[in-house]
Amino acid sequence: MLGFFLRRAGLVLPTFLGITLLVFSLIHLIPGNAVEALSGERGMDPTRYARLMHEFGLDQPLYLQYLQYLWKVLQGDLGRSITTHEPVLGEFLSLFPATLELSSCAMFLALVLGLPAGILAALKRNTLLDYSVMGVSLTGYSMPIFWWALLLILLFSVTLGWTPVSGRIDILFDLPPVTGLMLIDSLLSDEPGAFKSALSHLILPTIALGTIPLAVIARMTRSAMLEVLREDYVRTARAKGLSRMRVIGIHALRNALIPVITVIGLQVGTLLAGAILTETIFSWPGVGKWLVEAIHRRDYPVVQGGILLTASIVILVNLSVDILYGMINPRIRRSS
Amino acid sequence: MKRQTIQVLITSLLAILGTAADEAMAAKTLVFCSEGSPEGFNPQFFSTGTTNDASSVPIYNRLVEFASGTTNVVPALAESWRESADGLSYTFKLRKGVKFHSNAKFIPTRDFNADDVLFSYYRMADPGHPFHRVTPGQTFAYFEDMGMDKIVAKLEKVDDYTVRFQLKHPEAPFVANLGMDFASILSAEYAEKMKAAGTPEVIDREPIGTGAFQFASYQKDAIIRYKAFDAYWNGRPKIDNLVYAITPDASVRYAKLKTGECHVMAFPKPADIVLMQTDPSITLLSQEGLNVGYIAFNVEKKPFDDKRVRQALNMAVDKQNILKTVYQGAGQAALNPIPPTLWSYNKKIKDYPYDVARAKELMAKAGYKDGIEVDLWYLPVTRPYNPDGKRMAELIQADWAKIGVKARLVTFEWGEYRKRSKGGEQPSMMFGWSGDNGDPDNFFIPLLGCEAVKGGGNVSRWCNKAFEELVQKAKIATKQAERAKYYEKAQEIVKEEAPWIPIAHSVRFTPVRKEVIGFKMDPTAHHYFSKVDLSK
Repeated sequence: MLGFFLRRAGLVLPTFLGITLLVFSLIHLIPGNAVEALSGERGMDPTRYARLMHEFGLDQPLYLQYLQYLWKVLQGDLGRSITTHEPVLGEFLSLFPATLELSSCAMFLALVLGLPAGILAALKRNTLLDYSVMGVSLTGYSMPIFWWALLLILLFSVTLGWTPVSGRIDILFDLPPVTGLMLIDSLLSDEPGAFKSALSHLILPTIALGTIPLAVIARMTRSAMLEVLREDYVRTARAKGLSRMRVIGIHALRNALIPVITVIGLQVGTLLAGAILTETIFSWPGVGKWLVEAIHRRDYPVVQGGILLTASIVILVNLSVDILYGMINPRIRRSS
Repeated sequence: MKRQTIQVLITSLLAILGTAADEAMAAKTLVFCSEGSPEGFNPQFFSTGTTNDASSVPIYNRLVEFASGTTNVVPALAESWRESADGLSYTFKLRKGVKFHSNAKFIPTRDFNADDVLFSYYRMADPGHPFHRVTPGQTFAYFEDMGMDKIVAKLEKVDDYTVRFQLKHPEAPFVANLGMDFASILSAEYAEKMKAAGTPEVIDREPIGTGAFQFASYQKDAIIRYKAFDAYWNGRPKIDNLVYAITPDASVRYAKLKTGECHVMAFPKPADIVLMQTDPSITLLSQEGLNVGYIAFNVEKKPFDDKRVRQALNMAVDKQNILKTVYQGAGQAALNPIPPTLWSYNKKIKDYPYDVARAKELMAKAGYKDGIEVDLWYLPVTRPYNPDGKRMAELIQADWAKIGVKARLVTFEWGEYRKRSKGGEQPSMMFGWSGDNGDPDNFFIPLLGCEAVKGGGNVSRWCNKAFEELVQKAKIATKQAERAKYYEKAQEIVKEEAPWIPIAHSVRFTPVRKEVIGFKMDPTAHHYFSKVDLSK
């Protein structure tokens, strides 16, 4: 098991280096001048230009520049935002909890609804239930997030008045950030109604962001289940006289989950990409919205740092999924 | 544990399904749905409207300001000012008893005085000033763009409540410049205190000003909170809390306005305007923008070198039809090169009437009895002053055809369009302008001045001696009344000479909820809340 873990972790390193290389090249690939891009200043005098060039290390050979960049990254120095002049890492850390909260809830929703839906569809194959689950999930999968989000707002907020339109909590509550996760912070605060308000603000963005992963998970679970149900050992188990519940719950599901877990891991990337749109529409102050604004403002240090950090998170999650995978499936950890 | 969590979830879900009515508050809180996060809270650094709305407008004051809803300069932190006869020195008498805000790090021990003015000015002007570069990488771009260092020789403190600007040359718009956002007054005492604490950059992040609202807290991309400043020199605001809910999507802003999650929203989508007009919970305010859309005749080319042709083409255009079709009601017929919200706008001028018969007559007199073919360039893009260049061109084409003028419609990619027009290739073309300060100079000189023929901004390439003399005189004269006279006269010349067909000033909209009292739109597109109230 340890060997498996080390082998998998070893694969992460080159991927991470690849990302740093890509992000590092960004500043040299964008049109215009690197000093101007990094400082955000235009038309500076030659002495200041030379000083900044030296400060950013841009007067050195490219490989040295890369090594210096890498060294800084490893020390947690991702530079400062051109617009706010705050350290990029600090801004990311202060905004990430909001994205984490939203993505976790969306993933939770996708799992809680997607897995049972997929299993049911597989068991009731070729029935009306199966067709409806597949039809609805295909619709959900094809729905552009921004449009879906606006439809949700129009129906639930504007027409029915059940949920608030956007934001994380009612503006009446001015809660001090403790964990950065609004659900937890609102429980920690003694303000009556704060948790309720935070939860009601979370509903629509969760649905909007969770729809695509939900659809993918439901469809994947269904096909994996169908495949497993055809296996000999399932027939054997049934023939042994095990109850239907036991066969499905223990023998079939456990094996069907293996490909599903891979898909769940991959959905983390989808979630973070979808968060960009969801956060913008629901005015959700997270990392996605931060990145979009940075791109609009040509805030290159933020774009660089944001991409690096987001990519690192996706890598780490996929590493964890791989390890989980190995734990569930002995074949994987022994064969590779 | 598990059961508990589930219980909490279920009870809260149930609670939400019931109406989430909030307890009535004693304090009045106004929520403004703004369009984006500010770049920072020191208006000296930035020039975008979003940042000004969040910094200079609620938190700070300037020596002079613009009267609410207009671009007229009125006293603010300066009670009065006097210019010397030669126009080279301006002496400002400062207001006494003006208090600065306080926060956790700073409690002011003195009122606003001349030291604060000098600090705020020299921080921008003097590269050696200890606060010139405390926030790394920030520059005083607007100060430099306005050429303040080329205008002002020095600023001196006469006494605690008097300051004097010495100018390098007379500059009529100088006082108006001091009313712009970048000229906001910061506290010198706060700066000293933060410098002593070793954190001078805090003054740019946790702002202290003299304005109607005190900065309370800011969460990036989410919310800015302000509290009414009880000791505000111009009267405490009627609302107690001001909250900016940062909402970048215009459709979401509108949804929040409808559900009452905000009271005022910035920048509605044009497509939503019609719905807003019929919405019973919303008052749709509108104001003519500081802009003008027009057709320019290149007076260097035939047949537009003939004044009678230009006048005839003016008479042949049915402006009301254009306003209805192209602007869909969100515009006002233009009479002069400047919009009516600007001072010195000449109301007495009569527009050329829409009169096909007279236009034909004039064309005949000019020797074009049998008609003529001309090129009309139209805008390839949507601009604030013109929502649909092609549609407008087609309408004008049809109008001109009635007097025998056959217009060939031509356009280029936007960059090319501007480049070619700078070179003077256009016979007649559609163009426009959005002003960025409240001075008429900002329209006349760059659009119709003789220098601008060379520079390329004057696309009709019309250089009229009498007009030029007037606008140059107006630039140097220091009394607004005197300047206005020159400009009024200049507008008469423009009307008579007809280098343009001024088409329209487009209208901006701000939807507010019915319970909002006293909100006024501002020509420079700022949102002011110091005089606004909420009815219950």
